[in-house]
Amino acid sequence: MALLTATKVKHYFGGLCAVADFNLDLQPGDLMGIIGPNGAGKTTIFNLITGVYQASEGSIRLREIELVGKTPHQITALRIGRTFQNIRLFRDLSVLDNVRIAHYAQSRYSPLEALLHLGRYHREEQRIIDNSQRLLAIFKLEHLAGETAKNLPYGSQRRLEIARALAIDPELLLLDEPAAGMNPNEIDQLMEFIQWIRREFKLTILLIEHQMKLVMGICERIKVLDFGETLAEGPPEAIQNDPKVLEAYLGEGPVG
Amino acid sequence: MSALKNAWEQLLDQRWLLPVLVLIGFVLAFAIPEYNLLNKYIQLVLMYVGINIILTVSLNLVNGYMGEFSLAHAGFMAVGAYTAALLTQKVLPVAAYPGLFPLAVLAGGLAAALLGLVVAVPSFKVRGDYLAIITLAFLMIVKSVIENIDYIGGPRGIPGIKRLTTLPWVFFWTVASVWMIRNFVYSKYGRGVLSIREDEIASELMSVNTRRVKFLAFMLSSFCAGIAGALFAHLLQFISPRVFDIIKTTDVLIMVYLGGIASISGSILGATAYTVLLELLRPSTVAALLSWLPTLVFDPLNQYVIQHLGVWRMVIMPLLLVLVMLYWPRGIMGLREFRGFVPRRDREAHHRLKAHGGSHGAADSH
Repeated sequence: MALLTATKVKHYFGGLCAVADFNLDLQPGDLMGIIGPNGAGKTTIFNLITGVYQASEGSIRLREIELVGKTPHQITALRIGRTFQNIRLFRDLSVLDNVRIAHYAQSRYSPLEALLHLGRYHREEQRIIDNSQRLLAIFKLEHLAGETAKNLPYGSQRRLEIARALAIDPELLLLDEPAAGMNPNEIDQLMEFIQWIRREFKLTILLIEHQMKLVMGICERIKVLDFGETLAEGPPEAIQNDPKVLEAYLGEGPVG
Repeated sequence: MSALKNAWEQLLDQRWLLPVLVLIGFVLAFAIPEYNLLNKYIQLVLMYVGINIILTVSLNLVNGYMGEFSLAHAGFMAVGAYTAALLTQKVLPVAAYPGLFPLAVLAGGLAAALLGLVVAVPSFKVRGDYLAIITLAFLMIVKSVIENIDYIGGPRGIPGIKRLTTLPWVFFWTVASVWMIRNFVYSKYGRGVLSIREDEIASELMSVNTRRVKFLAFMLSSFCAGIAGALFAHLLQFISPRVFDIIKTTDVLIMVYLGGIASISGSILGATAYTVLLELLRPSTVAALLSWLPTLVFDPLNQYVIQHLGVWRMVIMPLLLVLVMLYWPRGIMGLREFRGFVPRRDREAHHRLKAHGGSHGAADSH
């Protein structure tokens, strides 16, 4: 059964149609890429899936659960994690707190237990810290636990954002331009890394990217958007040679 | 010197430090009025310090930790003060059973918390300056509602409230409020509050139920303000709507921003410093403090300077605030915390890996 399906999703900003008839069928374990020129509606789709925007029409389902109409935290608690195109860390908080905050929905203790530091509070807090440190260690950030997030170098901030998204314990991970601002060498590492976390955390990944190298290199299926419409969908080889795509996105002429 | 510093830091890490300090405080709070260790005036100032600490720490939860700008604090205080005063005046037989007073205080806090719930609702939609205006409107509504209810004295207020607020009670409620807010801050809800300040959308997308967190933060903040109001009413022995106007909120705001946003120790420092300094600048206090000067110096000083301080102290204090804001924009302790207030688990999680050079396995060896 499909993990995430979108059927005939439309979204308007005022009169502007940002997403037109978007369909998606994501199977568990898929690694799918969404590409398209700036303004094609890629990030809008992430925002529709995660509930930041409410779709004007259509339906988005996680298995059988309808996501349209739910708030972002409800959708996130259904184990959909995401990162952002422009890094959105909690800048003035510590690296550890950035990851701990993402444990909100999984940690089960009541406000009263929080107020008195009683009952499940201690056990749950210890579990959150242990898990956060485990994630930070995976991302080689554990020695920076006490550092303020905004003081981290750019690459570490990107890693921290992924670590934070994984703290949700996601089934589905949405990566919004993970390679933005990286050099070719770093992109190679990132490609390996994405495949590694996919195996390690048993993730289904949907990613938006401009770096063709990354998209063509690791995605099994690619969806091409332009002006809110889906131009093409298929495996990388098919996309690379699709004349419509070449014209709209990659420019005319053969890909070099 | 560094040995001294080490010893100091080790002292701060002791588990028993805070409980022992609180215990000493309690003993003093009982002993001071019992044996008249300090004169009545200083005892009164101490009680105001306690009440102001409660107000400042609780306002800091919304204005500092959550990053909103609430002006409604005096309104919550008024609700707590009126609820508690009405209970001790008309319902509870406190003359026969003074032990019932904490019930009145608690009721004041709960009534204020209920109203805090109402103020939390607009904060779902509106933020920043606009929410500040809404909280200001709310403060004005509370004031005019009280003014228009004859049963509770209307604009004349309630005179002749029994003086039930004592030093031990102030100390108890101060410790209880600070402890609860500190516990809240170091929980998933408190981290939720912080994440709302940082980036509300990212916060939702990290599974934080921001509405629930806002409800809780506003309720806890107003609950404590209500408690402070109840204590205040039974100390001043007279309340009227005018006592709880925007000036009262402004006082608390000054203490919050002076002490530092998002810091409990800062709030305690700010409230104490502001309250004490304001008292120290009273002409009578300054005159008493400087009375050792020779008459030749004292008399002209008294005549031309000290006697005018009554007006000038309200200029000096705001001026001090301007200077603090210019040189410490986040207040004295802004975004920092006295380490004794940070739960041990939090402290170690932030530091132990650093100390062990990042080896994860060594983390459990403590």
